[in-house]
Amino acid sequence: MEAFQQAIAARVAEQHRHHGMTQFFAVWGALLVFTGIEVYLTYQNMPPVRMLTILMGLSLIKAALIIGYFMHMKYEVSRMKWLTMCSLVACLALMMIFFPDALRILSLGVK
Amino acid sequence: MSEAALPHDLHDAPAAYEPSLFGTYSKKIGMWLFLLSDSLTFGALLYAYSYGRISTPNWPTPFHSESIVNATVMTAFLLTSSLTMVLAVRAAVFGDAKKQRLWLLATMACGMGFVLLHGREWSKLIAEGLTLPVFPKLAEHATSTEFADVAKTVPQFPATFFGLTGMHMLHVTLGVIYLGIVALRRNFIPILLVFWLAAWLGTPASSPFHYGSHILLLAAIVCSIILWLKPKIYDAADVEVAGLYWHFVDLVWMFIFPLVYLMSAKIL
Repeated sequence: MEAFQQAIAARVAEQHRHHGMTQFFAVWGALLVFTGIEVYLTYQNMPPVRMLTILMGLSLIKAALIIGYFMHMKYEVSRMKWLTMCSLVACLALMMIFFPDALRILSLGVK
Repeated sequence: MSEAALPHDLHDAPAAYEPSLFGTYSKKIGMWLFLLSDSLTFGALLYAYSYGRISTPNWPTPFHSESIVNATVMTAFLLTSSLTMVLAVRAAVFGDAKKQRLWLLATMACGMGFVLLHGREWSKLIAEGLTLPVFPKLAEHATSTEFADVAKTVPQFPATFFGLTGMHMLHVTLGVIYLGIVALRRNFIPILLVFWLAAWLGTPASSPFHYGSHILLLAAIVCSIILWLKPKIYDAADVEVAGLYWHFVDLVWMFIFPLVYLMSAKIL
């Protein structure tokens, strides 16, 4: 392994020394609890839009926990965090451009 | 620092390194870039599913509590596998090879549990009539069930359901193979071939998994070539990069589960 790779590997090892096992188990527990809440809410007969909003909100929290703690993004340099996450969110948000068309089909009453 | 002194200083300082733009090693950046592109693949599939749902007023909600319980257990398997994966990465960083291998095998076991439960559910849904034109023809009694009606009246539902969950199942399967290679290297190839034979001979010819199992054979061939061309002992960085892939697979399921299963639950 080259010197710069060793230096980076040492940095990664140093990061991991700060992560206690407790933290990982806490995140895992939180993810299971959020999943339980999602399943519970499914059977509460809520209006679909409200239900979708809550479920997607919980999914985003779960995604943030997985990316932040399990994928260690929380411990990366801020340039890495901002560039990767902003580009991903921007691309996914751009795909929403198709949704007005789906609603237009509804209003046209296409069978 | 003068320009004349710069090359000399760098040459004499082997321990110094220029930090990369993202402050980490290139393998990890490569995996993140792959995951970002793969996010868009799954994003497109999830948006296609949502588009179909918004534009179809009679979108079905066919999943009974049995399916929801099954999908919840599958979710628990994936979440647990993410925990065991992160423990494998931790063991690798601390140089504990034995624990690293054990945690990787535990992760693979959870991933296989997920795939088996998912495969069982697919088989059940297909037998009950939720099918695609590319799947084998159904038995006579399955063509008048609730799921058969769904497939006839809203063909977008089985198309998007099987497309989305099938793509995810493929990712989990490839993830298990990836971890198997990192944990056991060459020793995993014969195990993979045994899995292929079991999947091929253990499923009826009418099942989509009968021919789908050949993905395992293809993976065994590709992995053999890679290990033959570049045999190596995988270090902590390799385990961490494999972990990133595995957590991504878990992450995607966190959106498929509520959107596809929970939002389509049959509330009695």
